[in-house]
Amino acid sequence: MKEIEIQAMTENLPVVLGFVDEQLETAECSMKVQMQIDIAVEEIFVNIAHYAYTPEVGNAVIAMAITDGSAVIVFKDRGIHYDPLAKADPDISLSAEERQIGGLGIFMVKKTMDDVKYEYTDGQNIFTIVKSLK
Amino acid sequence: MEIKKVNENKTTTVMISGRVDTSTAPALEQELKDSFDECDAMVLDFSNVEYISSAGLRVLLATHKVMSKKGGMSVTNVSEDIMEIFEVTGFSDILDIK
Repeated sequence: MKEIEIQAMTENLPVVLGFVDEQLETAECSMKVQMQIDIAVEEIFVNIAHYAYTPEVGNAVIAMAITDGSAVIVFKDRGIHYDPLAKADPDISLSAEERQIGGLGIFMVKKTMDDVKYEYTDGQNIFTIVKSLK
Repeated sequence: MEIKKVNENKTTTVMISGRVDTSTAPALEQELKDSFDECDAMVLDFSNVEYISSAGLRVLLATHKVMSKKGGMSVTNVSEDIMEIFEVTGFSDILDIK
């Protein structure tokens, strides 16, 4: 797996997406799949940037491999113990007036990735996403 | 992201190009807010939108709520890939997509 370690700040999002896209481009995946993966990466990294270390700033590690036609991307941070998958999905059947602004990011990740997994090990939040490139 | 606005007969058409993400969504929100007073209706032209994350969806929902009390907000020329995001998130049921 290739990996980068970077300060978890929204300003660093372009660096993280650059790291991911560079590898996706060698895999010849479609623009649509690349967009879905970029969105998932944005949502997860921005979540870490906003919540993991607040009000301090800490690092995140993003590791990525492409195996058997699937992209596997792992996000690690040493911030507060937080399982984004434990949060209830937003009710998308509500009208615009009733809809809450928030909770959509992780919901999009769950809906568009083939597999998502969260674990907390050795003081680290570890969030893994898998997406087939075929 | 680039934004161009045209106001005609109290309808503001906003042409958005590029990526609507965590970095660019605040600028889009400000541009749309700046137009609230000058228009009754708003049209968001998505012809050249390549990408939208939840940060952008939040701006659309907030703007939709404000404009629905006036002449409404519609979204036009949505690409197939962006449409799929609207469908996954239920936004296709909320927004007036033309």
